[in-house]
Amino acid sequence: MSEEFFDIEGKKKRFMFLNRKAPYGTIYALETLETVLISAAFEQNAVIAFVDDGVYQIMQGQDTGAIGMKNFSRTYGAVEMEKEDADEDPDLDIEWRIVVERESLEQRGLTADDFIIAVEVLGCEELSRLMNEQDVVLSG
Amino acid sequence: MSNGRKVLHTVNKSPFERNSLDSCLRLAVKGSGILLLEDGVYAALKDSEGSQTLSSHSGDFSLYVLGPDIEARGLAGKPLIEGCDVVDYSGFVDLAAEYDTVQSWL
Repeated sequence: MSEEFFDIEGKKKRFMFLNRKAPYGTIYALETLETVLISAAFEQNAVIAFVDDGVYQIMQGQDTGAIGMKNFSRTYGAVEMEKEDADEDPDLDIEWRIVVERESLEQRGLTADDFIIAVEVLGCEELSRLMNEQDVVLSG
Repeated sequence: MSNGRKVLHTVNKSPFERNSLDSCLRLAVKGSGILLLEDGVYAALKDSEGSQTLSSHSGDFSLYVLGPDIEARGLAGKPLIEGCDVVDYSGFVDLAAEYDTVQSWL
């Protein structure tokens, strides 16, 4: 593959990772989480959004010992760290946001305090606008 | 109740994503057992929308929830609807043995 293919210097796009699935019943959540972390290397603008059952991915206190699956909830801390890097490093010149849809929370009787990472809670109209501003939306 | 056969129904899908639980509640004969497991356990959360539908059926069915799936999803400290029994894997095996058949709603 040509080197130009990877030459993205100076190009900044806006990516949204749209998480809509609960964590352990299907592989979507883990796959999307890995995609987010891998794509961090490309230093692009990113919105990590949790909507519908996706909000369950970041529940505190997950303990998968008894079901024999990998507990990947702590790995969302690495997403939070990428956001902090984006916030604090002026050389990066990118923005990361971690957002949760308010309607999805309310439907499930949850609040932002239930989560393992800090999130922005947005109403569906605001989220809709944000989604429309993206160059790429990756859904999982 | 049809010919006395005791059926344990299992539901492993989130009530927000599939209508598996609704169909199970509509079609299972009264007196059946219903076990929520995997993503099905989200239906047992007392504070979530639609939980009244399930709790309104608690007199018609024996409701069970698989504890390991509750713990895995970080729901161990959350209130569950009244009238459901939390079971572990050996409890699941006991139920499967106790009922005549197991029917899964995928």
